[in-house]
Amino acid sequence: MKLRNLFLAPTALLMAVTMLAPLAIIVVYSLLTRGAYGGVELPWTIENYSRLYDPVYAIIFLRSFWIAAVATALCLVLGFPLAMFIARSGSRKNLYLSLVILPFWTSFLIRTYAWMFLLRDTGIVNSALLALRIIREPLPLLYNDGAVILGLVYGFLPFMVLPLYATIERLDPSLLEAAADLGARPWRALVGVTLPLCAPGIRAGAILVFVPCLGTYLTSDLLGGSKTVLIGNLVQNQFTASRDWPFGAALSLALMAIAMVLLFAARRKGEELL
Amino acid sequence: MKRGLTVYAVFAYAFLHVPLLILAVFSFNSSRFAVWQGFSLQWYRAVADDANLIESSMNSLIIAIVATGVATIIGTLAAYGLWKKGSAWLSGSLYLSLVTPEIVTGASLLALFQWIFRFAHLRLGMHTVILAHVGFSLAYVVVVVLARLRSYDRTLEEAALDLGATEFGAFWRVTLPYLVPAIAAAAMLAFTVSIDDYVITSLVAGVDSQTLPMVIYAMARRGVNPALNAVSTLVVFGLGMLIILSERLRRT
Repeated sequence: MKLRNLFLAPTALLMAVTMLAPLAIIVVYSLLTRGAYGGVELPWTIENYSRLYDPVYAIIFLRSFWIAAVATALCLVLGFPLAMFIARSGSRKNLYLSLVILPFWTSFLIRTYAWMFLLRDTGIVNSALLALRIIREPLPLLYNDGAVILGLVYGFLPFMVLPLYATIERLDPSLLEAAADLGARPWRALVGVTLPLCAPGIRAGAILVFVPCLGTYLTSDLLGGSKTVLIGNLVQNQFTASRDWPFGAALSLALMAIAMVLLFAARRKGEELL
Repeated sequence: MKRGLTVYAVFAYAFLHVPLLILAVFSFNSSRFAVWQGFSLQWYRAVADDANLIESSMNSLIIAIVATGVATIIGTLAAYGLWKKGSAWLSGSLYLSLVTPEIVTGASLLALFQWIFRFAHLRLGMHTVILAHVGFSLAYVVVVVLARLRSYDRTLEEAALDLGATEFGAFWRVTLPYLVPAIAAAAMLAFTVSIDDYVITSLVAGVDSQTLPMVIYAMARRGVNPALNAVSTLVVFGLGMLIILSERLRRT
């Protein structure tokens, strides 16, 4: 047992320094007043939290929810057939699966930049359409909500496909045969049998996509331009340009609280990672 | 339906992989615009001549190697400790670090560092970045190694103890060899999340510790720059080689 404590000590220390202490500081800062030169000062206040109800910020929260929800729904719709294809591809399963995981091992930042290269006014899509004389003016493809959602779907699709694949793979094929024997057409069997049985995978995938999308900063900053301000960008702004640390702290905690509630709501016994 | 799925899968894989392929192809374009004008290596030369890119790449490599080494070693020990007997608060804080939005992790670390700097004569730099990277990659290491321990037969270790091995000896000579593939996978994962991180790093880096993602980000925000396509291609190629290499090692 002594050995165990010795083994846990360095990680416990590091988590205390890099996770718990920063969190404690954020909690304290969120209850203080913004200092004249960007720091924090007394007195204690809950004003940073009441500001969250300000319509200006409430709208940013709603927009973030909306964009994360649309991205998650698209990942589900696009990911489900792909997961099904992989689960049914027999001996090539592993190859097809690693083709989905591969992008995960390459840089997220660079994959986001790739879309900037494709979508901007002088990008490849607009250049091709102009060259083919389909359009006369470049289409405004970049720096809008659509581009942000596209970037999120592109970035997080693997997170949806993997849990979906894991559940479809374990599906008992005799259940589908039974449905077919009882006269169900393929579509009816899909909606009535496959989808309900895949609920755990759908739930896991939806959480894995929705939570990081809600807190996204990089995608919205690069593909949304200055027009798309989401919670993540708002937090970043408070800690840098605006230098309003107490409000940034309150925003961070609100974002974390939402993520926690979602994760605990979706948690099931026996699915723990740690 | 089967046929439809296959056609769909082709499009889905194209969606996942073609953007990066296009980026790679155009890094060899002689024009700076998105119209193909001929093969050229000029953008790679531009990268090699860019002192900023070279220096930040070196910083990124140093940070990723040190952070991966530390996180892999202590994370493996922690996974073993947790496997022996769980610890609700340690598992809880690791889980928390896994699910905290990056921007929140970065901002709260910055707040902590700034608070400490009030009392100590220190500044943001490589050390703060490395500390942050060890912090956020630890949970990944623990998860991967712990998953492998779940399928480990406890009686093997008990047998070693019965045969006179010390507690540490049983860990070192019996359990650790079994964990090697998981440790390698964990190190790969820690390395990739470290070398790619922008959000947390940009908040806790100092002027002398700019990383490659920070330079790439700044270039991307400034707009058209074919040198960026060349850097991107090099990074993706480098990471790809690393994955293939580690797969090879895992199989032998």
